[in-house]
Amino acid sequence: MGKAMEWLRRTFHRMGSPRWFFAGSRGWVLGLYLVGAALIVVGSVWGLGFAPTDRLQGDSYRILYVHVPAAHLAEAVYVAIAIAGVVHLVWRMKMADLAIAAAAPVGMTLTAAALATGYIWGIPTWGTGWVWDARTTSMLVLLFLYFGLIALRQAVPRPERAALAVSVLAIVGVVNIPVIKYSVDWFTTLHQPASIRLGERPSIDPSMLWPLAVNALGYYLFLVGVVVAALRAKIIERESKADWVRSWVQAR
Amino acid sequence: MGAGPVTEWLAMGGHGVYVWSAYGLSAAALAGMGVWPWLALRRARQRITDTLAPNDPVADASNDRKQPEPGQGGAA
Repeated sequence: MGKAMEWLRRTFHRMGSPRWFFAGSRGWVLGLYLVGAALIVVGSVWGLGFAPTDRLQGDSYRILYVHVPAAHLAEAVYVAIAIAGVVHLVWRMKMADLAIAAAAPVGMTLTAAALATGYIWGIPTWGTGWVWDARTTSMLVLLFLYFGLIALRQAVPRPERAALAVSVLAIVGVVNIPVIKYSVDWFTTLHQPASIRLGERPSIDPSMLWPLAVNALGYYLFLVGVVVAALRAKIIERESKADWVRSWVQAR
Repeated sequence: MGAGPVTEWLAMGGHGVYVWSAYGLSAAALAGMGVWPWLALRRARQRITDTLAPNDPVADASNDRKQPEPGQGGAA
């Protein structure tokens, strides 16, 4: 066991403490918000004003710079939620459940944004906004899974029971993620296959790729900030009877 | 016509309506997600403040009731 493992173990245990997380996360939220937002502004201005026009799609391809980060993050947030579901079920860590509650609305909004920008992009390029093909349909299923995570929690009156049910649904639903990812390879679809793959040269020119990279990083940082901020709110909601929460409220 | 470079840029080669609506929608989604945790935290804090209010000295003085002595039963 090296120092890194020791640090990992201690951090994992501390993350289980709402009070510790609440105290330590305040500065992170502001930093992630600011850096994330700045990167999104830079990436979007770059993508809208400086990246070259696409030979086939013209300027409509610029929707890529908001569509791809939203779609990618919608999936990544779900994977994170499923991992939190496992952590919650195995270690009964309350913070993992609060993290699911904080992240689900973010994932749902991202999925809706990916579907909506995809619809808008489809009109000039596919000649139709919506098609029932594998990629779009599996993305719609993801939206319903997020609805499910949020609705299930509200439908079960006892919070501990609700938390267990939500964790199970989160884990079961992760089977949809590889379906979304490989839908463009497994099935004949209107949706174009991935332009960027690990270990391969991207099929997109670097001059078009850079704004996407900047925007994607900006989305990542900003939304991690949002989820951390939402988790702080969930902590105060759920721990409202704890002495430290009450004294924090009264001190303000 | 005499369309300037800005007008031309806004037109996005005829795809302006699609490009700008997609970006506007994305900006709205990001802003909404960004504001939501602050509203939730404020709401949670307000709710706790409301439950703590009966212990407020001003509120206690107004309803002419003595604090129960320590050790006495009283309402749960």
